Amino acid sequence: MRPYRKPCGLHCIKVSHLGVELDGQKILEDINLHIHCGKLSVIIGKNGAGKSTLVRAILGEIPYTGTIEFKDIKDGHLRKMKVGYVPQKVNIDRDTPVSVYDMIASYSSRVPVFLRKSRKEYARISEHLAVFEAQELIDRQVGKLSGGELQRVLLTMAVMDYPNLLIMDEPVSGIDKNGMELFYKKIEYLKEHYDMAVILISHDLEYVRRYADEVILLDSRILARGTPREVYDSKEFKNIFGNVTYEEKEGLL
Amino acid sequence: MIDQVYQIMETLLPFSWISFDFMKNALLAVLLITPLFGLLGTMIVNNHMAFFSDALGHSALTGIAAGVVLGAADTNLTMLLFAVVFALALNKLREKQTQNTDTIISVCSSLSVALGLVILSRGGNFSEYSSLLVGDVLSISPREIGYLGLVFAGTLIFWLLAFNRLNAVSINRSLAKSKGIPAGVMDNLFAVLTACVVMLSIKWVGLLIINALLILPVASSRNMAANMREYHFFAVLFSMFSGIMGLLISFYINVATGPTIVIISAVIFFATFLYRRIAG
Repeated sequence: MRPYRKPCGLHCIKVSHLGVELDGQKILEDINLHIHCGKLSVIIGKNGAGKSTLVRAILGEIPYTGTIEFKDIKDGHLRKMKVGYVPQKVNIDRDTPVSVYDMIASYSSRVPVFLRKSRKEYARISEHLAVFEAQELIDRQVGKLSGGELQRVLLTMAVMDYPNLLIMDEPVSGIDKNGMELFYKKIEYLKEHYDMAVILISHDLEYVRRYADEVILLDSRILARGTPREVYDSKEFKNIFGNVTYEEKEGLL
Repeated sequence: MIDQVYQIMETLLPFSWISFDFMKNALLAVLLITPLFGLLGTMIVNNHMAFFSDALGHSALTGIAAGVVLGAADTNLTMLLFAVVFALALNKLREKQTQNTDTIISVCSSLSVALGLVILSRGGNFSEYSSLLVGDVLSISPREIGYLGLVFAGTLIFWLLAFNRLNAVSINRSLAKSKGIPAGVMDNLFAVLTACVVMLSIKWVGLLIINALLILPVASSRNMAANMREYHFFAVLFSMFSGIMGLLISFYINVATGPTIVIISAVIFFATFLYRRIAG
């Protein structure tokens, strides 16, 4: 396996004046973001604030105005951005006969998964799964994995081809406390060992407060951004989430 | 060429029924159609498209009716064209997902059946087309088997080249797109291929039961399989087994072939269902 590159801090993703309009309705307006490699940026906001729309725009799935650029700060060159994506859910039923290998190889290999396992690809996938302590899951049926197990597999898939940007869309639903802790620990690890920026859309304000480098409060436009403390203390945050003091809970965790 | 094939079949299968040419033709047709249905069915069920393929089968009536109205020399061609357009239109609907897709597909399907029936029953002549409903594999000609062979080869090649990407799109569209897979194109290719296979088989299998043949072997396979290789293996195995057994049984007890195949598929389904319950 290729050695991980330390984050260089010299790459950034720059979103300028991004706007999205769907059916004549402005979903996002004038979004400006500057996201650096080696940093975890978390987008928070209530339902319908446009969080998922922002992700879909960055993925290039929906038309938008403004620009999204991937830049090398050192010499200012624009480069092609590789995006890794961890979706909210997969369309695999409990009884769908798709193993973890089948799922990952469908995206990463041309050897038809219905015909045979490619030994080379199997070894490669297994190695990458090992990073997330998931190598024993490779032959398990995806529909029968627990929430936490599926998440580790999806994370493996997203970082397998070393993206510059990792986007995670609310991947923390349906996972117990232990799993959540493990998940955020893994993000820390990714931040430190891979050369990429991480954008996470999350509902769990407590974990966000503890792990995020930057918090972005979204409601069609960016209402507040900064360190977790700065954002959580802002009046915009209190308008949306009420007067919650997260410091108090710390003792419980 | 067909004579040589006949000879080989007679040597390989020393049974009395094989001496009839219509049985040789029917067997060849079954051997070509059933594996295709097993393959396509796996993806149809994964994508929750059972309703879609059902509507597609029903659109055959409208396609033929359109051919009659337009005075087309070959209604098979209008049927195929109509089905392809119908499939692409339904796909567009599925993609939007703004309304309840099932309801809309149902409305389109009912309308197309009704339109077809109204036009084809003009002057009380519908009995001419009633064979389309039940199908008659015993009447297939060597030339038509040739067409099936072409579709068979085409589907196999498509499946080898495109299955991974189809599966990727089926699992998560956004994820597939983020890896550079053209999701819309893959969906449309699959819909068009399904339309072609369904339309070319419908005269032999029958409009009323064609969907059962797409869904049942695959549903049985899901009771047995844990990965894609097993899924395909059991789907094709069950599909071919019910096809061949159905043909032979229907020949000996003198009933329609298509429905006999469906009954055998259903028996296999319940057997595998029980197996799963017992084996856990």
